[in-house]
Amino acid sequence: MNEERKGLKEKITKSDIWRSIFRHGYENTGRRYTLQVLQNVWLHLHPPRVSRHALNFRFTWCMGGITFLMFLVTAVTGVLLMFYYRPTAEYAFRDVQYLEFDIPFGMLLRNMHRWAAHGMVISVMLHMFRVFLTGSYKKPREFNWAVGVILLLVTFFLSFTGYLLPWDQLAFWAVTVGTNMARATPGLGHEGPFAPDVVTQANDVRFALLAGTIVGPSTLLRFYILHCVAVPLLASVLMALHFWRVRKDGGISGPL
Amino acid sequence: MEHFIALVTKPDNVPILAMLFLIPYFMWLSYKQARQTDKTGVPSDAALNDKVYVWPYLCRNEFVCAIIVMLVLGIWSITIDAPLEEPSDPTKTPNPSKAPWYFLALQEMLVYFDPWIAGVVLPGFIIAGLIAIPYIDINPKGKGYYTLKERPFALAVFCFGFIILWIVLMIVGTFLRGPGWNLFAPWEKWDPHLVVPLTNVNLSYLFGIREAATANFFGFAVVAGYFALGPIFYFWKRGTSRFLQELGLVRYVIVSFLFLSMLALPIKMALRLGLKIKYVWVSPWFNI
Ligand code: HEM
Repeated sequence: MNEERKGLKEKITKSDIWRSIFRHGYENTGRRYTLQVLQNVWLHLHPPRVSRHALNFRFTWCMGGITFLMFLVTAVTGVLLMFYYRPTAEYAFRDVQYLEFDIPFGMLLRNMHRWAAHGMVISVMLHMFRVFLTGSYKKPREFNWAVGVILLLVTFFLSFTGYLLPWDQLAFWAVTVGTNMARATPGLGHEGPFAPDVVTQANDVRFALLAGTIVGPSTLLRFYILHCVAVPLLASVLMALHFWRVRKDGGISGPL
Repeated sequence: MEHFIALVTKPDNVPILAMLFLIPYFMWLSYKQARQTDKTGVPSDAALNDKVYVWPYLCRNEFVCAIIVMLVLGIWSITIDAPLEEPSDPTKTPNPSKAPWYFLALQEMLVYFDPWIAGVVLPGFIIAGLIAIPYIDINPKGKGYYTLKERPFALAVFCFGFIILWIVLMIVGTFLRGPGWNLFAPWEKWDPHLVVPLTNVNLSYLFGIREAATANFFGFAVVAGYFALGPIFYFWKRGTSRFLQELGLVRYVIVSFLFLSMLALPIKMALRLGLKIKYVWVSPWFNI
């Protein structure tokens, strides 16, 4: 029976039709596996081989990877949203409404963007928690932990700048509350301690963040550019650094 | 109660509900592995040199994980719509006004400290403290595996900070803070006209000090004492221990300063809620 099947398989894979479609077979060798990773632009972030425990869900919880996946989802859905959204006080809210009610799958697009962003905040916090619990920040990964902390802040800031864009009450007041604290920055905020007299409401750090003394149209534009261009760029650069360092520091940590 | 259910099921609060399950689950998962290592010892070298090819083994895992996550995200996005409220109106302040959920632990700190501390200084310490962790934790053990026995202090401090001071405060801020940022139990109705008598006094007042300059000095002494006495006492007692010798004075000062800054939050909360103390230190420039 087995012999027969082998013969049949051989017959099929050696046939002219088969070979016109598949130029060569697939060798099950280590060389093949290694090249598969090295020769693929997307996969070559990986090393050719990793230690077995790095595959273990119970060890990494996959949380770093999930954070990256959520970032990719927000990037793709975000670009699609940009086709329908104008960051001005007249249009912003209406464009979101239009997106929800008139654009095919617009609501789904908006939902995916928002929930992936929330998902990214959850997973980045859990990723940090895992890295701490396994002591993976210890030598030689000290610097990558520091890069991670900056990535954590960048993730929060990405989410926070996006929060304003629907330009509804929720957005407006959450950002108002969130940026009010900047008033109290010591030395640099007009209500902070040790602020020199020249620091006023119209030139302190909060003003720099909001482009105004309250959240207004210029804030919307500023947050839009930060959200769609500046912060994603920064995040991408830092992620590239982060992944590169994971490899250079010897791959996923393990008991030595 | 209805408003509480409405609050809990608000679309933007779904992540917090998810955290209520995810955090205990991952705590349990890591606890189990830590117990295992502590019982049977750290896996030997031999087991570790066991390498596998990324393609197909790791890529397959990543693929399956990505599919599962995308399924969850897809279902989440189909079933729950992102919120869109009334158009923004600078003249209509909602009560309560809340920051996004992941900043609510910071907003919660505003109850207990003035904005420059709660909003700027303490977050700065959190960031600096997080970055400093690998450089001040000199314990070489417990690298790359779950354990409880080999680093009890580090784990206790981080879990307290992350679980209690970050996650729990975030949940309190989202679910239990109502109009006027007052605390409401889940079954209580949110009453926007609730007036809570502010009977808080300063610590110096409790000690019978009425004069501003004396109160200022008293407050300074208490705060300075808080940061100095414990570390000095511990150093005097244990300064010659091998651990402190290896840690060195600079690291010791940084560790104790960050640790006490973190503890200052729960201490201030206890003082405020238990003893109705407003400020510990009132000076002409700032209050703590
Ligand atoms: C946008 C945010 C982030 C992304 C996309 C990301 C991604 C990743 C990925 C894919 C890994 C491989 C292992 C794993 O999946 O667990 C990793 C490892 C690591 N991450 Fe992150 N990360 C982020 C944020 C952070 C944060 C906030 C920290 C800590 C404060 C951090 C510290 C580390 C460290 C130290 C490692 C090495 C872990 C080990 O060797 O076991 N990362 N990161």
